[in-house]
Amino acid sequence: MELLLAIVSGVLYASGLYLMLRRRLAQLIIGLSLLSNGSNILILSAAGVTRGKPPLIAEGIAMEQYADPVPQSLILTAIVIGFGVLAFSLVLAHRVHHSTGSDDIDTIGSDSATASSDQPDRA
Amino acid sequence: MLLALPILLPLLTAIGLHLLPQRSRLLRVVAFAGSLGALAATASILVRVQQAGIQVLQVASWPAPFGITLVADVFSAVMVVMVSIIGVAVTGASFAGVDPRREALGYHPLIQVVLMGVAGAFLTGDIFNLYVWIEVMLIGSFVLMSLHRTRAQLQAAFTYVGLNLLASAFLLTAIGLLYGQAGTLNLADLARAWPERRTPGLDAALSMLFLTAFGIKAGLFPLFFWLPASYHTPPAAVGALLAGLLTKVGVYAMIRVFTLLFPDPNAIVYTVVLVLSAITMVVGLIGALAQRDFRRVLSFNLVGHIGFTTVGLALWTPAALGGSILYVLHHMLVISTLFLVSGLFLRRRRTTDLRALGGLYRSQPAVACLALIPLFSLAGIPPLSGFVAKVAVVGPMIASRQYLLATVSLAVSLLTVLSMARLWEESFWKPAPVPLSSSAPQARLGVPILAPIAFLVSLTIALTAFAGPVSSVTTRAAEQLLDRNAYLRAVLGEGVTRAAR
Repeated sequence: MELLLAIVSGVLYASGLYLMLRRRLAQLIIGLSLLSNGSNILILSAAGVTRGKPPLIAEGIAMEQYADPVPQSLILTAIVIGFGVLAFSLVLAHRVHHSTGSDDIDTIGSDSATASSDQPDRA
Repeated sequence: MLLALPILLPLLTAIGLHLLPQRSRLLRVVAFAGSLGALAATASILVRVQQAGIQVLQVASWPAPFGITLVADVFSAVMVVMVSIIGVAVTGASFAGVDPRREALGYHPLIQVVLMGVAGAFLTGDIFNLYVWIEVMLIGSFVLMSLHRTRAQLQAAFTYVGLNLLASAFLLTAIGLLYGQAGTLNLADLARAWPERRTPGLDAALSMLFLTAFGIKAGLFPLFFWLPASYHTPPAAVGALLAGLLTKVGVYAMIRVFTLLFPDPNAIVYTVVLVLSAITMVVGLIGALAQRDFRRVLSFNLVGHIGFTTVGLALWTPAALGGSILYVLHHMLVISTLFLVSGLFLRRRRTTDLRALGGLYRSQPAVACLALIPLFSLAGIPPLSGFVAKVAVVGPMIASRQYLLATVSLAVSLLTVLSMARLWEESFWKPAPVPLSSSAPQARLGVPILAPIAFLVSLTIALTAFAGPVSSVTTRAAEQLLDRNAYLRAVLGEGVTRAAR
C-alpha cells in the first residue's frame, strides 16, 4: 500500500510540475492542484498507513494499535487551503481571459506600457 | 493572552471593517486605530520579552507538543514590532487617498489580513501552523495584488500567485516528510526529537526542500524572478506592505527552522546558503542597474539585499546572525519607505518610469530631502542605519575569515550606492522632462501622503541614533537562536526544565 501511494504521489508531483512549466494558465492551475494533491498523499504515506485501527487510544492499548489522526487533520487543513486557493486562481484566470482574450502567460502583459499609463492607479 | 493580540487585533479590525458602514473616512480611521493598537500590543510584548525572557502561550491550554504554541523570543518580538510599525505606516498612507473601487472591494480588511498572517507566522511555535499563517498572508496579498485592471498587473498577479503556491507545495511536502519521521509538529519538540531520528540522506533532502520553499518566499538567487516581475505594479502603499513584510517572512522562517532543526553548522546546506546569498547580492544589484523604473529598481534592490539577511545564517556565529537580523530590521523600514516614496511620483506624474521623472528637487526641495534619507540609508552612507547594518553584517564575515564574501558584500554595497545615486539623480535632481511637466497636472503633495514617509524616516534615524542598544538586542536574539535550550525549556516547560537543572 505504501509503495502504491508513493508511486501515485510521485506521478502527481511529476505531472503537476510538468504542467506548471507550460505557458497556458489553465495548465498552470491544473498543475497546481495536482501538486497539492500529490503532497497530501505524500503526507498520508510518509506518516504510515494503518488499516482498520481506531484513531483513539484506549487505556492499556499499545501505541502500535491505533491510527495516527494528525496526518489526516493536516491533510484536511491542506485540502481546505488548497480548495480556497484553487477557487481564487480560477477566478483570476477567468478575469485574465476575460480582459485579454488570451491564456498564454507570456503575452498577457505584452502591451503593458500603454495599458498602465491608460489607467494609472492612485497611490 | 498578550501574545495572541498581534493576531487577534487585526482579525477583529478586519471583521469590524466589513460590518461598519462603508464610508471611506470611517474605514480609514478604524483601520489606522487597529494598527495603532497592534503596535501598542507588540511593543509591550517586546518589553515583556526583554524583561522576563521568552514568552509562551499554549493555545486553549493544550500542553506543548499536543496543541499549538505561540512563542515570542527576542527575534519574534522584534519582528512583530516591525510588522505593526509597517502596518501603522501603510494604514496611515490610506488617508492620502485610495482608489474608490479598490476601497469598495475590501482594501482595508485585506491589509489587516496580511498583517495578521505575518504576525502569526512570526509568533507561532508550530511548523504546520507556520504553513497556515503563510497561506493566510499569501491569500490576503493575492487579493490585494489582483484588485487590478491593467494587463501588466494581471500578469504580475498570476506570476506571483503561481510561484508562491509552488513554494507552499514544497513547504507542505517538507513538513509532511518531517512529521512522518519525527511524529511531532511543535518546533521545540521537533528540535528535541529530530536529531535522534535523522539520517544524513533525509537530513539533506529536508533541508534542501525547506531552503527551496523559503528561498522562493524570501527571493533568493535562482528563485527570485517572480518578485521583480510583480512588485512594481500595485499601488505604492500595497507595494510598501508586500516589500517590507513578505520576503522577510521567508527570511524569518528560514532562520527559525534552520537554527532549530539543522543545528550542524558544517552541514552542506549552509555552504549552499552562503553561496546563494552572495550570488543573490550580486545578481540583484546588477539587475537594479539595468532597470529604468523607480519601483523596478527598488524590487531588484530588495532581492539583492535579501542576500545580506540570509548570509548570517550561513556563518553561524552570534555576531553574524545578529548582524543579519539588524539588517532585516533596517531593510524592512527603508524599503517600505522607498515604496511609499514611489507613491509621490505616482501622485504627481502618474508614473514611476525614470525617464518621465525629474525636477522634484527644484519644485519641492523639502520633500526631496525627506526621500534622500532612505535612499542614502539603503545605499549604506554613514552615519545612516544602512551603514550600521552593513558594518554589522560585514564585520563578522572578516572575523570568520570569509574574505572573499566580505569583498563581494563591499563591492555590492558600491553597486547599491551607484543604484541609489542614479535613482536620486533621475527622479529628483535632473530637470523635469518638458512635455510631461507642461501637460500633466501637478498634484500637490500634502501632509497625508508625506506623514507616513516622515514617520518611517524618523524611525530610520532613530535606528541610527540608537544603533548600539538595537544591535545589542539583535545580538541577544541571535544568541537565543543559536543556543536552542532556552527556547526548548520555555516551550516544553516543566519536564525539560527539571531535566536541565
